[in-house]
Amino acid sequence: MARTEMLPSFPIVIRPSKGWVPLQLHDLWEYRELIYFLAWRDLKVRYKQTFIGVAWVVLQPLLITLVFTIFFGHLGNIPSDSRNAPYIVFAFCGLLPWQLFAYALTNSSNSVVASERLITKVYFPRLVIPIAAVLSGLVDFALVSIVLAGMMVYFGIAPHRLWAIPFFVVMEIATALGVGLWLSALNVRYRDVRHTIPFLTQLWFFLSPVVYPSTFIPEEWRYFYGLNPMAGVIRGFRWALLGKSPALGAWIGVSIAITLVLLIGGLFYFRRMEKTFADVV
Amino acid sequence: MSEVAVSARGLGKLYFICERESYTMLRDGLTRALTAPLRLLKGKAPRTVSGLDAHTKVEFIWAVKDASFDLKQGEVVGIIGSNGSGKSTLLKIISRITEPTEGEARIYGRVGSLLEVGTGFHPELSGRENIYLNGAILGMRKAEIDRQFNAIVEFAEIEKFLDMPVKHYSSGMYTRLAFSVAAHLDPEILVVDEVLAVGDAAFQKKCLGKMGDVAKAGRTVLFVSHNMAVVENLCSRAIWLDSGRIQADGLVGNVVAKYIQSLSTRADQDLSLIKREGGLTPVIRKIEFLDESGLPATTTKVGSTLIVRVHYRHTEPLKNAYFGLRFETASGINVFWLQTRMQNAQLPDVLPASGIIECRIPELSLVPGLYFLTPGCGSGNTQLDVVPKAGQLQVVESDFFGTGKLPPQSLGLVVVDAAWEAVG
Repeated sequence: MARTEMLPSFPIVIRPSKGWVPLQLHDLWEYRELIYFLAWRDLKVRYKQTFIGVAWVVLQPLLITLVFTIFFGHLGNIPSDSRNAPYIVFAFCGLLPWQLFAYALTNSSNSVVASERLITKVYFPRLVIPIAAVLSGLVDFALVSIVLAGMMVYFGIAPHRLWAIPFFVVMEIATALGVGLWLSALNVRYRDVRHTIPFLTQLWFFLSPVVYPSTFIPEEWRYFYGLNPMAGVIRGFRWALLGKSPALGAWIGVSIAITLVLLIGGLFYFRRMEKTFADVV
Repeated sequence: MSEVAVSARGLGKLYFICERESYTMLRDGLTRALTAPLRLLKGKAPRTVSGLDAHTKVEFIWAVKDASFDLKQGEVVGIIGSNGSGKSTLLKIISRITEPTEGEARIYGRVGSLLEVGTGFHPELSGRENIYLNGAILGMRKAEIDRQFNAIVEFAEIEKFLDMPVKHYSSGMYTRLAFSVAAHLDPEILVVDEVLAVGDAAFQKKCLGKMGDVAKAGRTVLFVSHNMAVVENLCSRAIWLDSGRIQADGLVGNVVAKYIQSLSTRADQDLSLIKREGGLTPVIRKIEFLDESGLPATTTKVGSTLIVRVHYRHTEPLKNAYFGLRFETASGINVFWLQTRMQNAQLPDVLPASGIIECRIPELSLVPGLYFLTPGCGSGNTQLDVVPKAGQLQVVESDFFGTGKLPPQSLGLVVVDAAWEAVG
């Protein structure tokens, strides 16, 4: 039968594991459709029984940007770092990647605890859960991107380096997943994590150049600033989209390195902790 | 056909039960909170006792210990044992939900586990959507679900409600759909916990039929149930677990018989040692069965006299007391209920603080099978104690009708005498 070709190698050996365990990405690949289905469920459920449904996705960042523009742009006189983009576009261009990140981080950190029923009743690679939680934010991201595109058309801004956007999207997904893996595994044992997440995202928001340009940070501090991968991501977004803004700066390299450390460390830490999930959650 | 599907060697699972003392100093709590993440990062906390401090009492139990067995392809094996004997833990190890603490198992084939009906169902999603979601969770590919979709819907009999959110389904429809998805998973090895206790009799029968088909197709089935009739009907072999250890493994008839015998010897245990829940006090101490001549009995024949004695002990005399007894089947169906007030028993207004209450049932007209007794008692309008399934009674065949025939448990739970004649 057709089935035999998709069977993993047999026998499956069940025995106690010790310490660090291999990632077994092929096992994850076998379950790629489950990632899709879980992300799809997340989306479906999120906007069921809401009156204006998906319109919230677009309305929310628009209203927030409006508030930013009034308070930071006008009253606070914070400038845009691009000479051809007004503050409202500048802020929206920062908020777009930020919201994806904040959503992905929160959702993945809570994902394992929220999937308690699944974890205690069915086997599948546990990594599926936080990955699906992160990816379900991409649809919102795509919708809000259309609004940004419309805004750019309205203000006559041509994207300069559109080709670079996929790289920065991957980078921020990797960062969110990296942090989400750590926090979701910790959350199983210490439910305190759940309560620190809103605070963490808020703090992170102000540490990232969403409402202010990264040029606000003095030159000699930039490498230090780059330790926050989201600083690199948001800078990258503006650099790729708005044009007539300062060069990218080598400190982006620090952000990329941190992203990789967070992600790889997170993957191994999660795998190491996952065997206790079913007993503890 | 004699190839091995599952081979387990010395499987064991240790659980730690931590009981934290109720009062610890805030400072201790804070230091614990501050060092906890560090301890966790070292990865020690979940496994070793040394990660826990002096304020935490640690108890551990082996939920499963030294479990070794081989399952051959196409074998249908029932796992039996009382609550907490490690049946579910064993299934969880075999289906890779939890890791064993020691030992090893080799699995030759895809494992489908059905430990709960409707795992991952989302109430807001429609039946159609849930079929795909649940299928994917159980390990099916989308192409596979597409192929099986019509069969799943047909088996569940929900064609008309396919696009309705499952939160509007009746519980029967919900169960049917959930079982149907799992039944079409078609794995080499099917692991099923007691999930058939839910759902109506007709559907249960259909599910059992489906499981029989699965077995006939050469798949291996590992099946947990409290219903001995189902186990004997479906399985060729049974494994009896008690306190995590395999007590017997072999032909289903022999193992079930040994298990049932063990239940009746256990009737002597002191019930007041069992932990009570929900504000109940351990008043009921013991429940025992006597036959017509007043001799202790562990089994009773269909239609014979049964005497149930409830031994109790309380801290003070019982004023205006009442006692009750509930009989249920092994699959959890209540058969009947007896209570002193309902049956107008003439108990004294004040009962001594300790004593024995006797209930005489002149003719116990239950069909053969295993029954559980739940005694309860109270004083005035206050419920004092209930001990679920404190007594286990095996009703055995007798020639009740004088014809040598008795109805099977699937057709009814009671035997009732009747006169038949042709009148027209």
